[in-house]
Amino acid sequence: MSAVVEMSVMEQVIHHLPALIIVLPLMIAPLCVIFRNRIVAWSLTAVTSGICAVIAACLLILVKNGAPIHYALGGWSSPSGIEYYIDISNALILLLVSSISTVVSVYSLHSVDQEIPREKHYLFYTAWLLCLTGALGIAITCDAFNVFVFLEISSLSTYLLIALGNERPHSFMASFRYLIMGSVGASFILLGIGFLYAATGTLNMQDLSERIPLVAESRTVIVAFAFITVGLLIKIAMFPVHNWLPNAYQYAPSAVSSFLAGTATKVSIYVLMRFMFDVFGTNYSFSQMLLSNVLMPLAVIGFILMSVVAIFQTDLRRLLAYSSIAQIGYIIAGVSMATQAGLSAAMIHIVNHGLIKSALFMATGCMLYRLGSVHIQSLRQLISSMPITVSAFAFGGISLIGLPLTAGFISKWNLITAALEKDWWWLAALILVSSILAVVYIGKVIQMTCFSPITTENNQSSGQVISEAPTLMWVSTWILLLASLYLGINSEDFVALTQQGANQVLGGFK
Amino acid sequence: MTTLLALFNYWIVIILMMTGLYIMITRHNLIKKLIGLSIFQTAIFYFYISLGKVTGGSAPIIDPDVTTYSNPLPHVLILTAIVVGVATTAVGLALIVRIYDNTGSIEEDDIREHELSLIKDSEQRINKSSMNKTDQG
Repeated sequence: MSAVVEMSVMEQVIHHLPALIIVLPLMIAPLCVIFRNRIVAWSLTAVTSGICAVIAACLLILVKNGAPIHYALGGWSSPSGIEYYIDISNALILLLVSSISTVVSVYSLHSVDQEIPREKHYLFYTAWLLCLTGALGIAITCDAFNVFVFLEISSLSTYLLIALGNERPHSFMASFRYLIMGSVGASFILLGIGFLYAATGTLNMQDLSERIPLVAESRTVIVAFAFITVGLLIKIAMFPVHNWLPNAYQYAPSAVSSFLAGTATKVSIYVLMRFMFDVFGTNYSFSQMLLSNVLMPLAVIGFILMSVVAIFQTDLRRLLAYSSIAQIGYIIAGVSMATQAGLSAAMIHIVNHGLIKSALFMATGCMLYRLGSVHIQSLRQLISSMPITVSAFAFGGISLIGLPLTAGFISKWNLITAALEKDWWWLAALILVSSILAVVYIGKVIQMTCFSPITTENNQSSGQVISEAPTLMWVSTWILLLASLYLGINSEDFVALTQQGANQVLGGFK
Repeated sequence: MTTLLALFNYWIVIILMMTGLYIMITRHNLIKKLIGLSIFQTAIFYFYISLGKVTGGSAPIIDPDVTTYSNPLPHVLILTAIVVGVATTAVGLALIVRIYDNTGSIEEDDIREHELSLIKDSEQRINKSSMNKTDQG
C-alpha cells in the first residue's frame, strides 16, 4: 500500500480511472432522485456522461501506448477480489458507449420533454445513468459473475426506459416482452457461469482462461459454453432470437432508442468476443466447439432476411430496428471468422454502426418531434420543411449502405477483405447483396422525403406549418454524423487501432 | 441408480427449470409467464446453492472442532442474483398493472388484438391524411 501513498495526486487519479468511470454515474444516479428537478437531472446526466467519455478516452490512450491495465477493485487483488481489465477492444467500447450517451443525453432535452410527463423526468435520467453504469461495467469487468450483475443493472433500467414511451400500451408490452426474453438470456448466462465455477473454482476471467484448458474435455465446460453463448446471443438480438428488439426500439422514447441502438447490443457483442476468444480460448471455441458453423449461417441469414424485412416496414423506427438486426449479422460474421482481419472488421463495424444507427434514430426522433408520427406516408416531401434533419438522415443512410468516403464503407471494405482472406468469396458476395437491399430500404425513405411531391400547393391543410427540429436536436445528430465521417475519411489510424485490439483479443489476457 | 440418487439436487434443478421454461413458452397469461420466469430463476438459485455444499462439511463459520466447511462463495453470489430476481419480478408486475390499466386484459391474445386494432386505426388515419394532401391539388 505504501507505493500507492507515495504517488502524486495526478498519478493516483490516473491509477483509479477504471473505478471512477463506473462509480461516477452510479453515484450521480441517486443525486438525480434527490434533486427531483428535470433540468438538474438532465445536466447531471449529460455532464457525467461527458466526464465518463473523457475518462474512457484517457484509458484508450493509456492502453494504446502501454500494456493492458489490471485494476484491483478496492485493493483486493485478483483471485479474491473483482478485477477490472482494460485493453484496446474494451477501451473502444467504453469510449463509444459514453460518448453516445453524452451526445444523446444532450439531444434528449426536447424530445423527452415532449414524450414523457415532466414529473417523471428525474426518474428517466436516473434510469439512464444506471443503464450507462451497467453498460460500462459489462465492458470493463474481468469477473464473470460481475458481468451478470452489470448486465442486470443495465437490463432492468432499460426495461424502465422502454416502458416510458408514450405509445401505450405498445411501450409496456414491448418492455414486458423484452423483460421475459432478456431475463431468460441473463439467466442462461448466470447458469453458464455457475457451471464454469463448478468446473474450475474461479470466477476471474483470466484464471478461467488458464484453468479451462485443463478441464476442457468435461461435459460441464461444454454445457457452460452452450449456455453462455445462447444467453449472449439473446442479449445481442442475433437472428433468430431477435424478436424483442423491433418492438423495443419502435416504442421506446426516441432518445432511448438512439441510446440503445448504439450501445446495448454492442456491449453484449463485446462480451461474446471476450468469452469466446479469451475465456474459452480461440482454439476451444472455434476448433473444438465449431462455433463458426453455428454463428456464420445465422449471421448470413440474419443480414439478408432482416434487410428484406426492413424493406417492407412502414414505420421508420421499425425499419431502422430491423436494419440494426441485419447489421448485427455483419458484426457476428466478422467475429465468427476468428481471424485478426475478421475481428478487426467486427470492431470497426461495432463503432461505425453504433455512431450511424444512433444518428439515424436521432434524426428519426427529430421528425417524430415535429410530425408526431414517422409512418413512411407522413414523411412526404419533408425536405422542404425540415432540410437539416432530412439531410442528416440521408447522410446516415448513405453511410449505412456503405458508399465510399463514409464510415460504412470502411466497415464493409474490411469485412469483405477479411472474407476474401479466408477464401469465402460467397460471403463477400452476400454482403454486397445485402448492401443492395440496404439501398432499397434507405432509398425508399429518401425517395419519400425528397422526391415525392405533394400535389397540393398548401400543405397547411393538415393544420400546421412544420418547421425544423430544435437546434439542440439537429446539432447533436450532426455531431455523431461528423464523428462517423471523420472515421470514414481518416480511417487509417482507426483501422490500425482495431487491428492492434484484435491482436490483443486473440492473444488472450496479458 | 446410485448416481441418479446422488445427483438428485441436479435433477430437481432440471425439472424446475424446464417447468419454468415450459410455462413461459406455452402460457399466454402475462402473470403466469412471470411465474414461469420466477420458477426458472429459482431453479438456478438451487443450482448455485447446492453447488456450494461439501459432503460432510459444516456451515462456513470458523470453529476449532470443525475441519470441513461448505463453500460459502456460491451462496453469497446467489444472494445478488436473488435480489436481481426480485427486482425483475417487481418491474414485470408493475408493467402488467399498467398493461391491464390500458387494455383491460392480461391475456396476451386479447392484448395483441387490442394492439393490432390501434395500429390499424393509426395507419388508416395517416393514409387518409396523406390521401387528402395529394387529392386537394
